[in-house]
Amino acid sequence: MSLSVRLRHDFPTVRMDMAFEVPSPGVTVLFGPSGAGKSTLILAAAGLLRPHVCRIEIDGQTMVDTQTGLWLPPEKRRAGLVFQDAKLFPHMSVATNLRFGMLRAPPGTVKFDDVVSLLGIGALLDRRPNTLSGGERQRVAIGRALLAQPRLLLMDEPLASLDSARKSEIMPYLTRLKTALRLPILYVTHDLDEVTRLADSMVLIEAGRVVGFGPLAEVAARADLPLARRDDAAALLHCRVGNHDPGRELTRLDAGGSAFLVPLLDAPIGSECRIRVPAREVILAGRAPEAISLHNVIPGTVRRIAADATRRAVMVEIALPDGALLARVTPDAISRLGLAPGGPVLSLIKSTSIEVIGG
Amino acid sequence: MNALVHLPLVLPPVVTGWLLLILFGIRGPIGSLLLAWFGVRLVFTTAGASLACAVMTFPVMVRSIRLSLESADPGLEQAARTLGAGRLDRLFNITLPLASPGILVGGIVGYATCLGEFGAVITFAANIPGQTQTLPLAIYAALQVPGGEAKAAELSLVSLTLALIGLLLSEWISKRLNAALGR
Repeated sequence: MSLSVRLRHDFPTVRMDMAFEVPSPGVTVLFGPSGAGKSTLILAAAGLLRPHVCRIEIDGQTMVDTQTGLWLPPEKRRAGLVFQDAKLFPHMSVATNLRFGMLRAPPGTVKFDDVVSLLGIGALLDRRPNTLSGGERQRVAIGRALLAQPRLLLMDEPLASLDSARKSEIMPYLTRLKTALRLPILYVTHDLDEVTRLADSMVLIEAGRVVGFGPLAEVAARADLPLARRDDAAALLHCRVGNHDPGRELTRLDAGGSAFLVPLLDAPIGSECRIRVPAREVILAGRAPEAISLHNVIPGTVRRIAADATRRAVMVEIALPDGALLARVTPDAISRLGLAPGGPVLSLIKSTSIEVIGG
Repeated sequence: MNALVHLPLVLPPVVTGWLLLILFGIRGPIGSLLLAWFGVRLVFTTAGASLACAVMTFPVMVRSIRLSLESADPGLEQAARTLGAGRLDRLFNITLPLASPGILVGGIVGYATCLGEFGAVITFAANIPGQTQTLPLAIYAALQVPGGEAKAAELSLVSLTLALIGLLLSEWISKRLNAALGR
């Protein structure tokens, strides 16, 4: 099952021409600089903007297609939209806000009580929006969108207006939602932390074009995509907690077909998590060093070497049995080690440099 | 249209009254039709005085209502749309409730202004006690009569009280409504 989007729209100064296809229940993050066209895409998907060409297909069903003249207005489309600032109706209580879309939608699978408990807003039902905190408001807004029984959920930087404390307060609800919902979700953000926690797939947008899309781990590990040019470029890997070694205070994580040792975690064996391996923390080696504090010596194959002119550095994409790592090194290191695509290489990673992201 | 609505605000009231007289007089283009079809005569009648007041206070109300409509967040309407609310649904459940303070205050201030209408009324509907005499007209008439100062003072006091009540009431209502709207 998949969500496929194709959109073309000519603004006076810039042309947006985007197309991508991602797996359907799941969170797809639209990532890119401001003005790249992420919000245009969200508005078009919601029906608030009518692009010159637009076709959206969910699980084989065409939602809109300008070429055949199928264009539903927002009120008929059932595409839930969560705005950056919650946009709760100030003259209604939280409960009335939540029911606003529900009363106007055909009965569906999303139940009022479930949403209220999932988002932890049971105590707020009688309150007015102006008495809520930013995080609470955003949770209510998400609940309101969900109760309208959407076929597609659109979230336009839902956490951008919150400070980091509020963000971390709302994040667990979002991760819970992600697993509880069987819905395609398009999620716009600038924040890599939100990406690593929430995204299943990723669409990179730049200057009105899609420069890459696919599963998160794949896109994040592509040395030739703009993500790799960021200071905080990192590889993301899905992993499973392998075993704990309380004596050495280490935990083994199985990810990408390799084993990574990290400082002891407080998570049950077999549970899933994600790790983030920053490219600048990865050392490349031809053979394994001895007598070193390092725990992780990961064998792999060089897949791609991409120059990063602005830093006088190169980004090396290293294929693991199932996944990839990124390493940012100097061109000199490449020539000294004689690295070339297809050749073997060892990635040395300090266990303390690996960032473990729960859930 | 905008200019036409706001014209009475800047035009001398006497001119507005005179224009009404031309349009709605029994030989005027609209007045003659009203008389022929419905037997309605506006000149020098209470209805005429009301019309003159309405025309004069209309811009005041339009301003207040428009301001409150424009200050409403368009994002709320968009949110309502994505939640499945059609045009009328949005008008009655989102737009009008949110604009209600402005609409009510516009009405009250309009009413208070109406009570003080002078120039347009005297030109169009004359100064007939008990029929077309507004408060300021009565005060003016009292001042024309020797020894009428006491009556004028009484009427002025009434006028002052009404104006104050109108203003206070509009203030109180908008405060209450805005609180109810969570502002």
